[in-house]
Amino acid sequence: MANTTTEVAEAAGEAAGQAADAAGQATQSAGMPQLDFSTFPNQMFWLVVALVLIYLVLSKIALPRIAGIVADRQGTITNDIAAAEELRAKAVEAEKAYNKALVDAREEANKIVAEARVDIGKDLDKATAKADAEIAAKSAESVKRIEEIRASAAKNVEDVAKETAEAIVSALGVTADAKSVASAVAARLKE
Amino acid sequence: MATEEQSEGLAFHPMEQFKIQPLFNDGPIHWYTITNATLWMAVVLLCVLALFVIGTRGRAIIPSRMQSVAELGYGFVHKMVEDVTGKDGLKFFPYVFTLFCFIVFSNFLGLIPGAFTTTSHIAVTGILAVAVFLAVTIIGFVKHGTHFLGLFWVKSAPLALRPILAVIEIISYFVRPVSHSIRLAGNMMAGHAVIKVFAAFAPLILISGIGIAVTPLSILAIVAMYALEILVAFIQAYVFTILTCVYLRDALHPGH
Repeated sequence: MANTTTEVAEAAGEAAGQAADAAGQATQSAGMPQLDFSTFPNQMFWLVVALVLIYLVLSKIALPRIAGIVADRQGTITNDIAAAEELRAKAVEAEKAYNKALVDAREEANKIVAEARVDIGKDLDKATAKADAEIAAKSAESVKRIEEIRASAAKNVEDVAKETAEAIVSALGVTADAKSVASAVAARLKE
Repeated sequence: MATEEQSEGLAFHPMEQFKIQPLFNDGPIHWYTITNATLWMAVVLLCVLALFVIGTRGRAIIPSRMQSVAELGYGFVHKMVEDVTGKDGLKFFPYVFTLFCFIVFSNFLGLIPGAFTTTSHIAVTGILAVAVFLAVTIIGFVKHGTHFLGLFWVKSAPLALRPILAVIEIISYFVRPVSHSIRLAGNMMAGHAVIKVFAAFAPLILISGIGIAVTPLSILAIVAMYALEILVAFIQAYVFTILTCVYLRDALHPGH
């Protein structure tokens, strides 16, 4: 009697246990795994481990490094802009200096041109005067030579006339002395 | 019989993907057991290492592609923290950035087919949200003492309304971690489950003639859902992070 009671009780207990198991499995397979509280400690533990590791990696290595990079870049950009500004100022200055040099050079060139013009004028005047003098000398000489030539030509004419006259006179058979012929020719030539 | 066959052929197990399983044996899951959740958290850590440590190792003024992505993420969260909490909130930036990185990488890694999405579990998002809640509450009391309670006493409201508003404010304050965590886990879970349901319809063409119409539709739906999930993966990480910033602002400047 007692035996059977215990057996029954055991069987009932077993059945209940199986039913509970089955129900548990059913809820586990059909329900949401998100609500399976038996996995919560596991997830929480590993989540905390992961978060702590990520936090350490980020806060100790990555974030300071990226902050440094960004700051460096900002610094570089600021420096470059300042340098560019400086260079621009220099360029403006250089342009000014260049323009000034250009104006100066132009003035200098004008001055040199004017001086050169004056010099050339002077040289030209001198050369002209010299040439005029030479021309005058040469023309005077030429006049003299022409005079000479003319004189010698006249003399030649006189001689030729005298000789011709003497020849004509002797051909006519008249003897005449040279003196009288010469004076006669001279008299005729003067007419 | 036919319906039974079909239901056997089309296996609808949309929640199977969220199951936590031990990686190396089938034993019970103790708190230290290495599970698929552990694996994917480790992958998140590796991704963070790869992007933010290896990606920035060049320290280049003109960044490489990886470094620009790392700087983009840094700038994005840094600006968010600064804009929402102000300058004095920046000392919590590493913490906020840790949250953002963990969530955004978990969400995107979870989109790899066959991957496990750690952020789809309420246990994970719950811890994240409760940590934010506790941190905000502790910072508030440490910084402002009992003045922090002024957060619940709306000075701009008429005196008669203030007790009622205080009750509402207190309730909303304590609901924060709940909504904060369920919003993220719910979004992740729902999207993945819907994709899985559509995926279960895809092999219908092998079983029945109606599959000619259903299979392409379900594949299209998977593509559309996947695109949406990519959006959601980022937006939820953003929302979680910006809400963290908003709560931090409450702790730092309870006046407003």
